Amino acid sequence: MLYFSKLRILFITLFSVLFILIASSNLFKFDDNFFDKKINLGLDLQGGSYLLLEIDNEPVIEQKLQNLTTTIRNYFKEKNIKINNIKIDNQNIFFNVIDNDKQSVLDVFQDENSDLNPYYPRFKSHQLEIEDTGLNLKVNFSRQGLIKLKTSSQDQAIEIVRRRVDEVGTNEPNILKRGNNRILVELPGLDDPMRIKSLLGKTANLTFRFITNDENDRFGIEKLKFENGLEEATVSKRIIISGENLLDAQPKMDTQANQTIVSFTLDRVGAKRFGKATSTGIGKQLAIVLDGKIISAPVVRDTIASGSGQISGGFTFQTATDLALLLRSGALPAPLEIIEERTVGPDLGQDSINAGMIALAIGFMLVIIFMFVKYKIFGLITNVTLIVNLFILLGVLTLFEATLTLPGIAGIILTVGMAVDANVLIFERIKEELKDETNNILAFDGGYTKSRTAILDANITTLLAAIILFFMGSGPVKGFAVTLGVGIFTTLFSVYFIARLFTSIYVSRNKNKEKLI
Amino acid sequence: MIAFNKYYNHFNLLSSVLIVVSLLLLIFKGLNFGIDFKGGTLIELRASDSKINVSSLRDRFNQMDLGDISVKKFGNDTDFLVKFENKDNRKNIIEEIKANLDKSFGNNYDFRRVENVGPKVSAELLKSGVIAISLSLALMLIYIWIRFEWQFSLGAILALFHDVIVTLGVFSLFSLEINLSIIAAVLTIVGYSMNDTVVIFDRVRENLRKYSDIKIFELTNISINETLSRTIITSATTLLALLAIYFFGGEILKGFSLAMILGVVFGTYSSIYIANTVLVRLRVSQKTVLREEEDKK
Repeated sequence: MLYFSKLRILFITLFSVLFILIASSNLFKFDDNFFDKKINLGLDLQGGSYLLLEIDNEPVIEQKLQNLTTTIRNYFKEKNIKINNIKIDNQNIFFNVIDNDKQSVLDVFQDENSDLNPYYPRFKSHQLEIEDTGLNLKVNFSRQGLIKLKTSSQDQAIEIVRRRVDEVGTNEPNILKRGNNRILVELPGLDDPMRIKSLLGKTANLTFRFITNDENDRFGIEKLKFENGLEEATVSKRIIISGENLLDAQPKMDTQANQTIVSFTLDRVGAKRFGKATSTGIGKQLAIVLDGKIISAPVVRDTIASGSGQISGGFTFQTATDLALLLRSGALPAPLEIIEERTVGPDLGQDSINAGMIALAIGFMLVIIFMFVKYKIFGLITNVTLIVNLFILLGVLTLFEATLTLPGIAGIILTVGMAVDANVLIFERIKEELKDETNNILAFDGGYTKSRTAILDANITTLLAAIILFFMGSGPVKGFAVTLGVGIFTTLFSVYFIARLFTSIYVSRNKNKEKLI
Repeated sequence: MIAFNKYYNHFNLLSSVLIVVSLLLLIFKGLNFGIDFKGGTLIELRASDSKINVSSLRDRFNQMDLGDISVKKFGNDTDFLVKFENKDNRKNIIEEIKANLDKSFGNNYDFRRVENVGPKVSAELLKSGVIAISLSLALMLIYIWIRFEWQFSLGAILALFHDVIVTLGVFSLFSLEINLSIIAAVLTIVGYSMNDTVVIFDRVRENLRKYSDIKIFELTNISINETLSRTIITSATTLLALLAIYFFGGEILKGFSLAMILGVVFGTYSSIYIANTVLVRLRVSQKTVLREEEDKK
């Protein structure tokens, strides 16, 4: 155990120096790409916002089912099957057909090549399930159908969220999917997340619809509140243009009326429809509806054929900017709810870093003094090893550009405390061996060999705990698992290579010394 | 040599009492779950005006109908921690609060940290915390079962349960808050306690092979003494590191390091007085070890 070949010494030295260099790249700027890596600071250390959004898919499902009723009716009309009493209840579509048609309807839904009900061969499942309840036929989304629907609305939503966050222009946001109905948004360095939160909380569903008094409007009517929450108006359900028709939207200052407005440009289809509607609807009020609330309802005075227009509604410059941003980035497929938020201000982050560093320095000093007092020269060896270990640990974290959190710093300090364990086990064993063994070298050899199983066991148990934490923990706690887990490996390396190298050099030079340890 | 074995019975009794009391506390008093597991909102606030204090803050927050509210100092005199249920899960609650506080205090305060955990998320976090702890106990059980004879596994696991239950018992007794980082601490305690037990067991097994004529009662005592200086040094350095975190690592890490400190103390104690006494009570002998080894061959 005490012999080291020159090659091995070279390897150990190079390895240690390499990691010390990598670790120090956090302090200096290297031109070389390989060395220019940094440990990422977690949101709890650099300040920032963590938002977990959940997509409320109920309205999407509702809408899809609504569309489906029309599709089903038209589809079977072509086949001369009459659909009766079609209605939606609790995410199910119910309808009746005459008994003779029942089987052919069921066949259509269960046909693998059906163009009404897509079949997913991979999951051996249709999009829709049909069931004969006896009273009527019941159609609803299958499990796979629901999953497909959720993933697709998640895909759309994440795209919109990304656009909105990018427009606000925070540095390096992190936007990730979680499950099939959640989106995680991490915004480092963001002090006040209110604006982003309010932007993400809006679906931004924009429609232009006429205000009507006609109770028998062909498309149906609904009562909507104005943005101020006081007045109400009856609005036709017929959509003239919607947010999808917008090419661009910008906040502007209307110098004539001295107010902030949002000006928009329409695409070709939108421009055509807008032109037609404004020419036939002169004198009528056109309501601009955002997420079920009327922003304003100007009276149409002229035909607008240019494909551009403006929205006014008592905006401040900020609200106009935000509305324009929302309109540019598009509507969310479904409302988002913020179900978890964690925001840390930058000065608290800095305080945490300082506290963590002070605790690390003090903990480190205490352990080093303790070990030196207890073991003298071997304590010194342990301490040098401990320092190298710390650098290698930081080096590994840097190399993988791991995220360091406050609990992560605690993990490093804890590693310092527990890292001496292996050396202590070895030294204590050597002491015991020296009781019956006069040959120093043999005693050291025995100490290393006989303590090995205990050291291995001890580290494996801690590693198991760290692994579970890594997979089950979230955010800051995960950072703790990382430093604790990586710390185990760097500790084993530094104990079995670096500390052993030093002890072997010392012992072979003092072969005949008594009371060596 | 210290006669640890003289007190086996005394400390077994003490531990039994501790466990029963802890369980009673956990059942009847329960744990003080933080917003991570209970849901709700937490605001860490720093004031720059002496008008802002615990009672004036409590007044302000009470007016806002937020459900259960707790306001307390956090670290120093200018920092406060406000927690409330946010029972109706109001959406723009932070904005509302800011507007309300602005009216009374102007700009003389600053939100340093805001955490808002919805009911769905907190239920999930609690579930995954329980799963994580159970899973780690199960993994330890499997590991120790592979490494040692069943009598040893039983001893180690009992020691482990003791540490986790008594640590949680202390948290219940003093109504200390259980949050995500406490789960991390408990898991680390599990690892540490196991580590400590395994080192002594390793020595017990080695001595069992070596001496056929020493009774397990004596043998455990010899093994404890042989590994004692290692036990003391490792606990000492670990505790030194943890004390540094507790006193200098800031308010946020206080609960975490306290749980760890308790865990290290209980873990060290239980390795000596629970794990070993199980071996004695199960009358482990040289045969236990040798038979097992022959079986394995």
